Amino acid sequence: MPERPVSPHVTVYKWTYTMTLSILHRVSGLALCIALIALVSWLLAAAAGPAAYAAAMLVLASLPVKILIAIALLALSFHFANGLRHLAWDAGWGFERAQARRSAAVVVAVALLAALAAVLLMFWTGPVSR
Amino acid sequence: MNLRTPLSRVLNHGAAGEGVGHWWQQRVSALALAPLSLWLALSLLPMPTRNYAAVTAWIGMGVHPVLLSLTVLLAFWHAWLGIQVVVEDYVPRAGVKTALLLLCGFAAGLLAACGVYAVLRIALRPLT
Repeated sequence: MPERPVSPHVTVYKWTYTMTLSILHRVSGLALCIALIALVSWLLAAAAGPAAYAAAMLVLASLPVKILIAIALLALSFHFANGLRHLAWDAGWGFERAQARRSAAVVVAVALLAALAAVLLMFWTGPVSR
Repeated sequence: MNLRTPLSRVLNHGAAGEGVGHWWQQRVSALALAPLSLWLALSLLPMPTRNYAAVTAWIGMGVHPVLLSLTVLLAFWHAWLGIQVVVEDYVPRAGVKTALLLLCGFAAGLLAACGVYAVLRIALRPLT
């Protein structure tokens, strides 16, 4: 395809934090795709029997994977909260600039708190049993 | 002599009227996933503390297999719709784009089938 002039878009605008949330919605969505693969692997391990499940839980209980699970929980809480924000927009609510900036702050706060609570509940409620 | 009517010549050559279909499916699947993903996430939080028997009993209990299968199917459908948009936006080369779209679509279908199979296999085990 021949090189044609492209009109300037994203880079010509002053960056605002609402734009950060916009791209984070895509990033968190992609992260959740990987989390979905992990969920299916966990279900398959449970279906395969106690030995396979024990092996899977050994992997899931290792520190690097725990960090990935924590990231997945943060991605879920953010994508969930920001997804509701998108659905509200689609219904016609909160489209004013001030409202969008306020809801962005609420989404970030809710996502961080929910993720923190989820990580604490998941990893500090007791010993990991095999 | 052309026996086709003027109407039949113009039908199916214009806008299909499905331009918002992709967008709409993404919103509807999001709406359905809101309660389902919340339920699944909250249910999975205590799983590290449970043993194998308790975990499989939970998966097979009551409406759980139905909700789990539904969540897996909808999540992969929603993910597939999202990946499509991302690939279309960020992969400029037509051939690579098509290949990646096919790969992601097939992977999403395969993984969704695996998830439903695993849930059903656990739920339909003969009682011991």
